[in-house]
Amino acid sequence: MSLLDILSVLASTLRLAMPLILAALAGLFSERAGVVALGLEGLMLAGAFAAATVAALTGSPWLALAAAMLVSIGFALFHGYAVIHQRGDQVISGMALNVLIGGLAPLLGLSWFGQGGRTPALPASARFMSVVLPGGDVLGPVLISGHNLLVYATAALLPVLVWLLYGTGFGLRLRAVGENPHAVDAAGLSVARLRYQGLAICGALTGMAGTYLAIAQGAGFTRDMVAGRGYLALAALIFGKWRPLPACGACLLFAFTDALQVRLQGVALPVIGVVPVQFVEALPYLLTLFLLAGFVGTARAPKALGQPFVKSR
Amino acid sequence: MTNRDLPPLIDYGLIPLLNLLAALAVSGVVFAIIGVPPWTALASMAEGAFGSGDGIGYTLYYATNFIFAGLAVALPARAGLFNIGGEGQAMLGGLAVALVCLGLPGWPWWAALPLVVAAALAGGAAWALVPALLQVRRGSHIVITTILFNFLASKLLTWMLVDVIKAPGDPSPETAGFAPSLALPGIEGSPLNLSLLLALVAAFLAWLLINRSVWGYELRAAGQSPEAARYAAIPAGTLAVLAVCLGGACAGLIGVNEAMGVEHRLVLSFTSGAGFVGIAVALMGRNHAFGVVLAALLFGALYQGGSELSFDYPQVTRDIVIVMDGLVILFCGALEQLWRRPVTALWRRR
Repeated sequence: MSLLDILSVLASTLRLAMPLILAALAGLFSERAGVVALGLEGLMLAGAFAAATVAALTGSPWLALAAAMLVSIGFALFHGYAVIHQRGDQVISGMALNVLIGGLAPLLGLSWFGQGGRTPALPASARFMSVVLPGGDVLGPVLISGHNLLVYATAALLPVLVWLLYGTGFGLRLRAVGENPHAVDAAGLSVARLRYQGLAICGALTGMAGTYLAIAQGAGFTRDMVAGRGYLALAALIFGKWRPLPACGACLLFAFTDALQVRLQGVALPVIGVVPVQFVEALPYLLTLFLLAGFVGTARAPKALGQPFVKSR
Repeated sequence: MTNRDLPPLIDYGLIPLLNLLAALAVSGVVFAIIGVPPWTALASMAEGAFGSGDGIGYTLYYATNFIFAGLAVALPARAGLFNIGGEGQAMLGGLAVALVCLGLPGWPWWAALPLVVAAALAGGAAWALVPALLQVRRGSHIVITTILFNFLASKLLTWMLVDVIKAPGDPSPETAGFAPSLALPGIEGSPLNLSLLLALVAAFLAWLLINRSVWGYELRAAGQSPEAARYAAIPAGTLAVLAVCLGGACAGLIGVNEAMGVEHRLVLSFTSGAGFVGIAVALMGRNHAFGVVLAALLFGALYQGGSELSFDYPQVTRDIVIVMDGLVILFCGALEQLWRRPVTALWRRR
């Protein structure tokens, strides 16, 4: 591998990591507030479908982004209604979202566009295309310059979100509600309100992640286009022990295997020869399993994770 | 989850019915959005599912798969574990069925059936074993690991059907046809076959095991209260692994219905999402073996009705059943309390 090969693998690692990082951060805000984030897959798919539909209808990527965030926030708050107000099982509600949206998006897509469940292929003007940074050639032509706007937006968002969770009163209260909601309740704050806020942030970020998949990385919505990324992001969150930076690190690791996977297809390796493409494609999933099984160690989930809050008397 | 304030007829009859009606009502809205009049859709689906002998045959054929898939979720659920790997476990079961059937040319079906069933059970159980062990030994969340195993199973099946056991000269990824003598007896004009009996036997055995055996009693105890189970020296971890493996074994039997009963070969997408329908079936059937059979019948009817509807309305695809699947999971699972509170209040005021 030449230096350029390595650089291009690293650059595609960055591109592939962005939706995972956005989804993992989304899961962070949900789970630190005490709500299991199993619905990330469905929320991303909803965002992807909304973005692709609005981009196809209006031609504006910005409107598409706004619509995706709104739709994902809507579904996230509905999940909140089921698990906060109705005290429903959080794992089941998350699975319900994944299954429901997995069927609804292609059904609506077929009914509105008649292209077998896909949305129409988008022209460049309706997508977030790669931008060349001023002076990009100096900074490194492949690695830093030449990504789309959402990549830079995610990079800028990361410190803001870390500050929001660890540097503000809101973040402190949000983390408290995932650890000991009774204490938060006793302090006179609304547990439900804080959890809804955490879920709204989760929805906004999954909407961005879906937008990224549908109109930045891809040129339209296709069935099952999230392809398990929601579950990988959740695994990254667990592996990162519910902390933002380690979780992002895990996302980068998954994305790196994914980038390598694309490179390895059809390449003859020393000793073993050409590995069947399906085995290479299985690499990110195998790595995730391996990490979940072996190295999580004594990771401690937010204490109140998954439990409905019942006001004590 | 039982509510002693309510008589069983309301608790197990009325409330699930209200939940189902809520799911159907929202499905009606979805039908309206895609331009199909909801009442027409309902009538047409009912006609398609029950209106003719062939329709009933198809309904029962789909229900066969959903009984297996529902048991795959319901058995581990009694131990407190949520197995959503039915899809992958079914793929491995199918693969095992194909390998055995291809290796027994000329055998009559009744001689091969015990071997084939054993292979399907083993294939499904083997694919469930690793996530179950990881959950019990390492605390890896079984929902995530079973999902990952679904992806891995799909890659494995694709590889086997494309590179290893594909019929030579056949452009599509599927095995050669099995020997005609291996075909399970079925009903003319529909894919319904002997596997339905197998499903009913499996459900009955599951009921015996869970509700009438010491083993099942311990399993339910461990699922409801791990602390109390530990105090009673019940080996909760081992029981949980066994329950998940039994669930996986049931999912594996989908391969018998599809490969030996209908297609007489193994095709790539034979599971067609049945594993996920199993989640809704188990939730609706309240993880009880007989409840699973009833819920599977309902989903069989939805599946068959949905296929009939797509002849009249091209915008209707199998996806409408996935939507209904999701809505049933939502209303019978997550929003299970939606009607319980008002109904309980009404009952008390009586």
